[in-house]
Amino acid sequence: MKSLAELRAIRERMEKQIDLRESSDDRIRVVVGMATCGIAAGARPVLNAFLEEVNKRELKNVTVSQTGCIGVCRLEPIVEVYVPGQEKVTYVKMTPDKVASIVSEHLVNGRVVEEYTIGAAE
Amino acid sequence: MKEIALYTLDIAQNSITAQARHLEVTLAEEGETITLTIADDGKGMSPELLATVSDPFTTTRTTRKMGLGLPLLRMAAEQTGGSLRIESQLGVGTTVTAVFQASHIDCPPVGDMAGSITLLLQGAPELELCYTHKMGEEQIGLDTRQLRAELGEAVSLAEPEVVLWVRDYLQEQETLLREHKGMKA
Repeated sequence: MKSLAELRAIRERMEKQIDLRESSDDRIRVVVGMATCGIAAGARPVLNAFLEEVNKRELKNVTVSQTGCIGVCRLEPIVEVYVPGQEKVTYVKMTPDKVASIVSEHLVNGRVVEEYTIGAAE
Repeated sequence: MKEIALYTLDIAQNSITAQARHLEVTLAEEGETITLTIADDGKGMSPELLATVSDPFTTTRTTRKMGLGLPLLRMAAEQTGGSLRIESQLGVGTTVTAVFQASHIDCPPVGDMAGSITLLLQGAPELELCYTHKMGEEQIGLDTRQLRAELGEAVSLAEPEVVLWVRDYLQEQETLLREHKGMKA
C-alpha cells in the first residue's frame, strides 16, 4: 500500500541531484502528440512507455513532454525527437513496444531508428 | 475512443488550453449511470462559441478548421442514451458533464483513469487538480495540493519518477475501489 509520505523520499533524493542536471540547451526533447487524434490512436501508453524507459535508464538529459495535434492525424501516435544541433526526427504509428529501441538506439547511442520514421512510412 | 478515461484526458486538455489553474475531475458510478464531470476555472466561452462548440467544424485553434474532442464525447454519451451538458461563462470557467448509461451495449468501459489523470499532470505540472472517483458510497481521489505538500517547490510533478509514482498510487486506489464494489455485489 503506497502512502503519500513516499514522495518525501523521492524529494530528498531529487534535491540532491538537481544541480547535476544538464542545462536546458543541451537536453534531448521527446514530444508526444496528445490531441484527440493522438489519444484515440493510442498515444497514452506510448507516452507512459517513454517515461518508464527514461526513468529506468536514469536519462537525466531527456525531457519527455506533450503537444497538441501535429497535423498528420492518420499517422498518429506521433513522437518527435529533438537532439540539440540535429534535425528533428519524427516517429509515426508508434506503439509501446517500439519505445525501448528508440530510447536505447536514438536517445542513448545517437542512431536514428529509420524504420519507424515518417520517411520510412511514406 | 475506447475508454471514458481517454475522453477525460482529451477534454481536460481543453481546460489547460483555456488557461485553467484549478481543475476538478469527478467520475461517479451510481446505479446504471456513469457521470463524468470536468470543471475548470479557465477563461470560459462566449454564448456564441458555446452554441457551436459541439459542431466538429468549430475550433479555437488557428492551424486547422475542425476540433473533434467535444463532438466525439457528445456522440459517445448520447449513443448510450445519456447526454452531454456544457456550462460556461466568460472569465469564470467551463463545466462539461457527460452522462453514460452503463448498461447500454455501446457504453465504453471506464478504463485506465489512473493513467489519464497522471498524464494530465505530466503535461501540466502547475495545474491544481482534484480528482474523485465515486462508486456508490465509496470514493477515492487525488488532490495535487497534498502531493505538493510532500514534494516541495523544487521537484516538479512532471519528473518521470514522480509521474510513475503517482500512476502506481492511483492504480492501487482504483483497484481498492473496484474490489470493494466487487465484495458488495
